Amino acid sequence: MISLNRFAGSVSALLKGLGVTLNYIVHPKRVVTREYPENRETLTFPERFRGQVVMPHDENNDHNCTACTLCEKACPNGSISILTTKNIASKRVLGQFVYRLSSCTLCNLCIEACPFDAIRMGHGFEMAGYTREELDLILNKKEGR
Amino acid sequence: MTPLSITHPLGDWIRQQLPSPFAAIANGLIAVIAIAMLVVVTAIFLVWLERKVCARFQARLGPTRVGPFGLLQPVADAIKLLMKENIRPRTVDQLAYFLAPLLPITGSFLVLIVIPFDHNLQVLDPDAGIVYVTAVSGMGILGVLIGGWGSNNKYSLLGSMRAGAQLFSYELSMVLCMLLIVMASGTASLRNIVLSQQGTILDWWIFKLPVAGLVAFLLFIVSSTAELNRGPLDLSEAEQELTGGFHTEYTGISFSMFFLAEFVNMFAAAGLGATLFLGGFLAPQIGWHPVDQLLAFIPGFIWFAAKAYFLIFLYMWTRWTFPRLRIDHLLSLEWKFLLPASLANLLLAATLVLFKWVIP
Amino acid sequence: MIKADSKLLSTLPPGFALHDTGEDGSQEYFLNMGPQHPSTHGVLKLVVKLDGEKVVEVVPHLGFIHRAIEKMGENESFVQYIHLTDRMDYLSSHINNLCVCMAIEKAMGIGVPERGEYIRVMVSELQRIQSHLLWWGSFGMDLGAVSTFLYGFKEREKITALFEELCGARLTMNFFRPGGSNSDVPETFLPRVKEIIQDLKFALDEFDALLTKNPIIIERTRGVGILPKERAISYGCSGPVARASGVDLDVRKHSPYSVYDRFEFDVPLGKNGDCYDRYWVRMEEMRQSIRILEQASAHFPPDPYRSKEKPNYKVPAGSYFASVETARGLFCTYMVSENAMKPYRIKSRSPNFSNLSAINEMSAGGKIADLVTILSTLDIIVPDIDR
Ligand code: SF4
Ligand code: SF4
Repeated sequence: MISLNRFAGSVSALLKGLGVTLNYIVHPKRVVTREYPENRETLTFPERFRGQVVMPHDENNDHNCTACTLCEKACPNGSISILTTKNIASKRVLGQFVYRLSSCTLCNLCIEACPFDAIRMGHGFEMAGYTREELDLILNKKEGR
Repeated sequence: MTPLSITHPLGDWIRQQLPSPFAAIANGLIAVIAIAMLVVVTAIFLVWLERKVCARFQARLGPTRVGPFGLLQPVADAIKLLMKENIRPRTVDQLAYFLAPLLPITGSFLVLIVIPFDHNLQVLDPDAGIVYVTAVSGMGILGVLIGGWGSNNKYSLLGSMRAGAQLFSYELSMVLCMLLIVMASGTASLRNIVLSQQGTILDWWIFKLPVAGLVAFLLFIVSSTAELNRGPLDLSEAEQELTGGFHTEYTGISFSMFFLAEFVNMFAAAGLGATLFLGGFLAPQIGWHPVDQLLAFIPGFIWFAAKAYFLIFLYMWTRWTFPRLRIDHLLSLEWKFLLPASLANLLLAATLVLFKWVIP
Repeated sequence: MIKADSKLLSTLPPGFALHDTGEDGSQEYFLNMGPQHPSTHGVLKLVVKLDGEKVVEVVPHLGFIHRAIEKMGENESFVQYIHLTDRMDYLSSHINNLCVCMAIEKAMGIGVPERGEYIRVMVSELQRIQSHLLWWGSFGMDLGAVSTFLYGFKEREKITALFEELCGARLTMNFFRPGGSNSDVPETFLPRVKEIIQDLKFALDEFDALLTKNPIIIERTRGVGILPKERAISYGCSGPVARASGVDLDVRKHSPYSVYDRFEFDVPLGKNGDCYDRYWVRMEEMRQSIRILEQASAHFPPDPYRSKEKPNYKVPAGSYFASVETARGLFCTYMVSENAMKPYRIKSRSPNFSNLSAINEMSAGGKIADLVTILSTLDIIVPDIDR
């Protein structure tokens, strides 16, 4: 009797399992797939999404960076190198903001360190490249200030 | 119920045109080509269907990119497999390694020959069709055994040994289920078994023998799943344990032979199940004249395909729901449960047949 | 079969000799499971000695993904070290981060405001659920029910999406900082948590129907891979593995950190220490985490989320220790500072290493399939073992 009960229990458990999967197949709404390259246009990101580091520029192609190198020091991986130059007033300004995407862990520490909000985490996530050099980026658009 | 001879208009026409030995050869050729086409088309379609159905079970979309609804995906797969380098490990047993992938697909080819697809659509109808089917369907597992042994890999060996144990056990209860139908219908020819189910739905063997038919059907599904090497009884492949089981060492075209054979085999087994239990190519008649006529209007091979695909859906449903059994549980399930159950079921059916306690 | 010649044998671990087993001259043989194997969950290699299908001995080989994180930590500042712990147990990264933060807070005497603590607890619990969901999926898959993998991931995705909204990352969070967290939770956080709780309750019932009561699962896990209580203690197991063996060890309960002492939850304990108990303990833990989440979201305190005192990043000399309960067990951080920007030595105790060490004891005598089940219920994360 006990084994018969157990048998019935097993069968009903198996049937319940089948019911769960059947539920998925008869409810096409439960499909969660998002077709990626096709939906590139409609992709939305949360505001805080951490993609590759970008340096926002205003309409004059200027940025907020003062070459204070705080971000360079904050970066745990040495992904940032601030190369400075002198401007006409022989003041130290940003020459090149070298950003090595290949070693960046998208950790957000450089952004937290920057006192001038000169850089932020962008929404770029397609970061593959064929060579390592492609991933060495220069974030500022023009040298000097 | 007098057995009708199988004639197809095409065959008749060829017989009229050509003298008898040539007509037989020509007809044979046509049949072989037709079955070969069927094998290819079914394999390709089933690969797509499996991917699609499995995706839907898993809340995914499945292939959508190649062709409409991803229908050409299997073709793309096939091209990819063909273009792959065919790596042959140095230490394999050459003959066995080469021969093994051919056997499963041959087995299913041979089974398809005797399946009645329609009233007049059957290549051959041997009197002992069931015996023939049992004999040739073992070939698939033979290929698995040889391939696993010949690969000279420990995973493959384990997989093939499991396959062997599985075959010997589950063949038994499968044959017992078939025997039940043979006993009830009084014939071992597949065509006559179908014809013995004429009438309404209730005349199908699954319902006609009260309880016994249904039980036999379920037992058939379980044991044929094991025969087909499909989840949850795919012990010889057991990806998570044996990485790929018997086909670990196979790549490219030789792997795809195993892969496609699995699907053709599934179609053959489903066809067999439909023939034995669900009235094969007969239209489901419900006993109400207008509807019946409408249903009977649909050609038999469509009914056959519908029934076969229903069974295929069952196979897929269980595969994508249940976890795999362990090898010792699998064997004790067969020897301690399925075999006694099918024997008892056979006895029950014999009693029913003897006293004519069937649904009229 | 390849004869096990002396050259092959020399690759075996010491003391790993192959013996004749039967009168018919049958011999034990060994099998390399991994580092590329579908169910070793990464680059773990198990050298398995087999007698037919029976497992005689298992020797795990580690080190395939060793990145010397602790050594790297010596060259980075304390705050920079936090993001490295993401990469140990990547399914508990929030909780690992929390552990480092707590050690730094202890060292520098930084307090955490109420809201910060609640954020920590809620995020930790979400992380635990998320990790268990992934485990559930891969557990089903290891046993051959491939669909469960997708179901587990489907539920996990909701929590991951929430984390993405919270801190911008889905796996390597780097969200907690000494004194709180790097930013406040977004406005959508609480409603989203409530939604997730609702979805989870439904999903857990579905999971129960699929696996928990499935006779095949019960057959394959009951009485398989038994780890007795004393052995679990002597191997230093922790987390669900130890609790399934009846070891009542949960840091959240027994030396509460953060504000865990304010919440009511049970610590589920198993009786037999077999695979089914480990399975059941994790399922139950998800329910308990939901309880904590419900209580926390009911009393979510107002600002501030982070204490004002900015760490000066120079940690006073001394040694500091903090421990947390991750999804896999006891995670500890021990650091020695010499009043510098960088730690002199930093050491992490990861739960998986100790849990894995019990594998030989659990799987010897079982079948290969059992080995896979056991490995799966240990819920190992290989980068956490090697660090
Ligand atoms: S995100 Fe982190 S790793 Fe990347 S540049 Fe900034 S600080 Fe360095
Ligand atoms: S980006 Fe910010 S932190 Fe980095 S150098 Fe410029 S101003 Fe300084």
